[in-house]
Amino acid sequence: MKVQTKEFGEIEIPEENIILFNEGIPGFEEEKRFAILINEDKDNPFHWLQSLDTPDLAFIITDPFKIYEDYDITLPQTAIEKLRIEREEDLIIYSIVVVPQDMTKMTTNLMGPLVINTRERLGKQVILDNSDYTTRHYIFKQDSPEEVK
Amino acid sequence: MLILTRKKGESIIVDGKIEIRVMELEDGRVRIGIEAPKDIDIVRKELYERVGEENMAAVRHEHRLEDMKKLFKGNN
Repeated sequence: MKVQTKEFGEIEIPEENIILFNEGIPGFEEEKRFAILINEDKDNPFHWLQSLDTPDLAFIITDPFKIYEDYDITLPQTAIEKLRIEREEDLIIYSIVVVPQDMTKMTTNLMGPLVINTRERLGKQVILDNSDYTTRHYIFKQDSPEEVK
Repeated sequence: MLILTRKKGESIIVDGKIEIRVMELEDGRVRIGIEAPKDIDIVRKELYERVGEENMAAVRHEHRLEDMKKLFKGNN
């Protein structure tokens, strides 16, 4: 389908790239349909999660396992039920990136990964309660982690 | 908002399928037990809000992915 996007104007998005987030995502509960726009540059780890209903709404996302090699999560049973997950290989997980003015301080949300069942084309931002992850993990090593915000 | 008074050990039933029970009361803290169907999400509100705030912050970006990649190559 043809879709208006924030970054690329009108583009054609294959049906199989359209993901239904039945509950929206926290803060954007009305946004149900998204597409993952994979970076054409295979060396670039950043991609887009584009809303299909609001052209201006797009999130930068990345593969958290590539950034934090020991990222390790257990999906709650509710997520497995809602996303109708039957096989691990159907799953793709992304995390949303926040890019401040100083790009070296960009963070990603490991407490709220985007979990997608590619077979059913269902997605959900899962909140990992009782995990050690937070919503703000630096992507790049910080010289002075004690620095006052 | 509906407000009910419950004692320790008492419950409320929501929509015939969700039970919320007051387990313990101590020093201004309440332990709550919840029994709900498998497709009902239960999450502490402050976590939900923190994720929401982070999502809001995430849409305010002006950088290009190309520039972000350059940084990535230089740092990792």
